[in-house]
Amino acid sequence: MKSKATQPATRELRRSPTGIRGLDEITGGGLPAGRSTLVCGGPGCGKTLLAMEFLVNGASQHGEPGVFMAFEETAEELIENVASLGFDLKALVARKLLLIDHVQIERYEFEETGEYDLEGLFLRLGHAIDSIKAKRVALDTIEGLFARVSSQAVVREALHRLFGWLKKKGVTVLITGKRNNGVLTRYGLEDYVSDCVISLDHRVLDQVTTRRIRVVKYRGATHGTNEYPFLIDKNGISIWPITSVQLDYKTSNERVSTGIERLDAMLGGAGYYRGSSILLSGMAGTGKTSVAATLADATCRRGERCQFFSFEEPPSQIIRNMSTIGLDLQQWVKKERLQFQTVRPFYHGLEMHLARTIRLITEFEPQVVVIDQMSGLETTGTPLELKAAMMRLIDFMKMKGITAMYTDLSSDGNALALTDTAISSLVDTWLILRDLELNGERNRGLHILKSRGMAHSNQVREFIMSAHGIDLTDIYIGPSGMLTGSARVAQEARERAQQVRRSEEVERQQLDLKRKHEVLKGQIAALCAEYSAEEARVERIVSSDKQRTKSLVFDEVEMGRSRKNDAAGIERDLIPANGGNGRNGANGRNGRKS
Amino acid sequence: MKRRPLTKIRHPVSELSIWNFWLYVAGSTSKSIAAVRNLERICDEHLAGRYRINVVDLMKNPQIAADRQIMAVPTLFRTRPAPVRRILGDLSNTRRVLACLDLPLENSLPFTSPKGRR
Repeated sequence: MKSKATQPATRELRRSPTGIRGLDEITGGGLPAGRSTLVCGGPGCGKTLLAMEFLVNGASQHGEPGVFMAFEETAEELIENVASLGFDLKALVARKLLLIDHVQIERYEFEETGEYDLEGLFLRLGHAIDSIKAKRVALDTIEGLFARVSSQAVVREALHRLFGWLKKKGVTVLITGKRNNGVLTRYGLEDYVSDCVISLDHRVLDQVTTRRIRVVKYRGATHGTNEYPFLIDKNGISIWPITSVQLDYKTSNERVSTGIERLDAMLGGAGYYRGSSILLSGMAGTGKTSVAATLADATCRRGERCQFFSFEEPPSQIIRNMSTIGLDLQQWVKKERLQFQTVRPFYHGLEMHLARTIRLITEFEPQVVVIDQMSGLETTGTPLELKAAMMRLIDFMKMKGITAMYTDLSSDGNALALTDTAISSLVDTWLILRDLELNGERNRGLHILKSRGMAHSNQVREFIMSAHGIDLTDIYIGPSGMLTGSARVAQEARERAQQVRRSEEVERQQLDLKRKHEVLKGQIAALCAEYSAEEARVERIVSSDKQRTKSLVFDEVEMGRSRKNDAAGIERDLIPANGGNGRNGANGRNGRKS
Repeated sequence: MKRRPLTKIRHPVSELSIWNFWLYVAGSTSKSIAAVRNLERICDEHLAGRYRINVVDLMKNPQIAADRQIMAVPTLFRTRPAPVRRILGDLSNTRRVLACLDLPLENSLPFTSPKGRR
């Protein structure tokens, strides 16, 4: 009793995955399994292709065999048509995973001679389903019946029975129908198929066509209700429901080099943040593509992949032009690190450009993407549309962690053009390349308008392109204002001359001082010599005087001895002897004391 | 209901002059039965002894429906005399059947003179 109650009553609707990129996403997993889905659209919308992809993917990816009942094209035609999209139907047919039955109603030039029904169709379909144990069935433009069979009542009765019968068989059915003005299908097929209706559209706006897909109805399930652009290319149908992109991507602290040393330095010393979006705006000829190509080169040099979308120039031209500033992009193209994608803006509508760009990025998985001349897309939509598209593109890149650079051509010399302001709030780093006109010449300048989350330079740097690449130099700011180009060079030359003059002066002064020192040293030596000569002379005098005194004393002693003086008196008299004038004095003193 | 054998030659005549019919039906529905009955009646009236009727039940051989491009039933093929004629329905509208088969109507008119008649 209790165990019964715990079983939840809600059961998710079973889905049959189409395997078509994006369609499963917007239908929440695929078409309703075991039920019928109507795909309607005008001619050339890709109905048949959608139906065929549904079967092929079912057979090859999910192991569900499928029956394709074609009312318009023969099996051979179908095989041929989709072979160009890489589907090998013959192999699938051989492996009994696919059965193509062509119902030839064009040649049904019969006469009706009484009552009839379309039981033959049921038998054929039933037989086809049973013979390969099909799980999927596609009826490609069953409406052909209405046109060919004169009795509409018979067809309606048959269809009514057909869908009931198919439901009982448990197969997932995809029916295609032609759209008529205003109504989904010309004969009201949607009355019979009530589970899921998908509308394909092929709209021309300003001579540009865009294919769109919309899930009109999906009984018992939520589904994306928007119109989504889709692509038909060599990989078949792909839908890019990029509106589902949300603002919950991871943020990286890693930095990537800009490829220009000085610019790295300006951006907090390390370059852009990985996964950030960079807007590079500037007028024509300010070197936007060169800055972008330098980033591409630096990316490839690190061993990463870069995808370069150009709306302006063919790859060969970009490679040639960049070789003049010392960038060899060809080597990266060869190593498959760099991929160019060039297309003119007016080839597709904006949505299609976006879808195509995102598809290519998903395939190549680059770390860095350059979109050269985003403004090229301006022609494909209104500013509002462009902003919405850019927002989705930027969000997509961020979600993927791709560092993206968008270059933008600003017109009329105003760096803050309309498109810039429209997306300025979306970008993380905004570099402005601009003209600096002075003294009749034009030079390039670069500055960082903003760079979120990093200390960045506020300086305007002169931007110089040479055969060695891009270099940024300081702009001379002096009393006469900001100088660039030749004016800066002249100013620098003047400064250099002054410098030379100054250093010469210093040298001269130094020499002068040295010379003075030498002179002084000479003088000191002369004085010293003079002094020592004097000293020697004085010493000589002193010593000769001493000699004389000595001999004088000796003479006196001798004299005294000879005169037989008192010895003590003589000894006492000898002590204060001073000079040769002492004979009388000494005698006098002697005389007084004694 | 009396069922005729699938193949029946009424009179020994030259093989080439025999009209050959293939009638494709889906089971024993009222339409199938009516078609067989109507065909035999017309043949007996206009081609006595010179016809052969092959009744094919697609229920038993569904592959034939695909092979012969049959979608609506009953469908009648006249394979001889040439050209091949394809007629849809239970053959209850005799005038139309005769016109399709190039057989003369009861009140024969000159311009309906059939080419295939021997």
